[in-house]
Amino acid sequence: MASPITWRIATVGAIRDETATVRTYTLGVPDWPGHRPGQHVDLRLTAEDGYSVERSYSIASEPERAGEVDITVERIPDGEVSAFLHDVVVAGDQLEVRGPIGGYFVWDVPIGGPLLLVAGGSGVVPLMAMLRHRSRERSDVPTRLLFSSRNADDIIYRDELDRLAAAGDGFEVVHTLTRSRPTGWSGYDRRIDDRMLAEVLEPLGSGARCYICGPTALVEVAANALVRLGLPPDRVRTERFGPTGT
Amino acid sequence: MTERFVTRGFVGRRTPEGAGDAARRVPPGQYLTNDFPVLSAGPTPRTPLDRWSFTIRGLVREPVTWSWDELMALPNRDWTVDISCVTKWTHLDMHWRGVSVDTLLERVELEPSAAFVIAFCDGGYTTNLPLGDVLNGQAFVAWEYDGKPLAAEHGGPARLVVPGRYFWKSAKWVRGLSLVDRDQPGFWESLGYHNRGDQWLEERYSGD
Repeated sequence: MASPITWRIATVGAIRDETATVRTYTLGVPDWPGHRPGQHVDLRLTAEDGYSVERSYSIASEPERAGEVDITVERIPDGEVSAFLHDVVVAGDQLEVRGPIGGYFVWDVPIGGPLLLVAGGSGVVPLMAMLRHRSRERSDVPTRLLFSSRNADDIIYRDELDRLAAAGDGFEVVHTLTRSRPTGWSGYDRRIDDRMLAEVLEPLGSGARCYICGPTALVEVAANALVRLGLPPDRVRTERFGPTGT
Repeated sequence: MTERFVTRGFVGRRTPEGAGDAARRVPPGQYLTNDFPVLSAGPTPRTPLDRWSFTIRGLVREPVTWSWDELMALPNRDWTVDISCVTKWTHLDMHWRGVSVDTLLERVELEPSAAFVIAFCDGGYTTNLPLGDVLNGQAFVAWEYDGKPLAAEHGGPARLVVPGRYFWKSAKWVRGLSLVDRDQPGFWESLGYHNRGDQWLEERYSGD
């Protein structure tokens, strides 16, 4: 039997606002066993009387950073855990985590490409771990991220994605905004559909490996479209969060 | 033993639905939802019903295959069960219609060495269960949820439902059961998830 994935005490380090409703927490875990990009951690909160809740959060940071992981958390209205993290937790607090968890929705450099990443909202988090890892390892695997957000202000990691895309190492980011667009917006302006995916996939070809993460409706549309576009289903990996991803 | 860890400032929410009888039906580490979240590792497969079949094979005297219409004609019933997903949600009193695995296995003669079942599915998914975990009303093949045909993203046209285990054991898009003598980890069981997956023992991950 495999050794248990044990609960560890993490110390909250930096807390960074990504958007008005999304924050990144750096969790210092001195004995962190390492992870692969795309994996997640379980977080457990326990009250004085023993009442406790658990949630899963994707790891946003690349494995090359030793002894700490970043999680990026969207504040869900009425979310028992996400609201606690946003409203109560400050640097220096301790939280129980265990991981890494999940061995399928992972990508690292040896897996290769070309790579098509498709994200909706905070579904970008595990894909960001892949992109940070790719950059850190100086990989030049052709990679495109199609990223759907509601409004320009809701784009998570926007500046960092722009920087990564400016590196000239074969990574491009393509945005679509589904609710409102700033003046002069040059990206897509609608929900992800077949035609958009065909256009984004085209430079990568049908040998691409695809990772899709976001709300169920987006994942369904994107995964089905990519199979229709000729990608083998086993090259299309998905991770979904339902309406209760609190 | 070390003292129990307490998260500074965490009180938690004790919603009315989390009290009393309902709370006792929620396994450790789970939260209640009334939604039906979708989790799967890849694209949703779609097999037309006229090309769909369900097969029991492996360590049986004669394999048996039912067409969709033949499966529908087997004795079936309504099931109301509590479901817990390893991603932490628990949904009480989910209503299904389907045929008991007992009814399916009555149609074949098992070899004495048959001890485990491997559910196999469109899309290549598999999951493993001891034979004893699917007998005596513990598992069924469902084609309706809440009075409507089971949607493809929820595993339709038919999925296995094993309420006593985390929901990944309730294989979506199931196309049959293979009887084997030795346990073989299925898809998630090979990727770090627990081999048995009893939600009351919180058997989430390998080693739990």
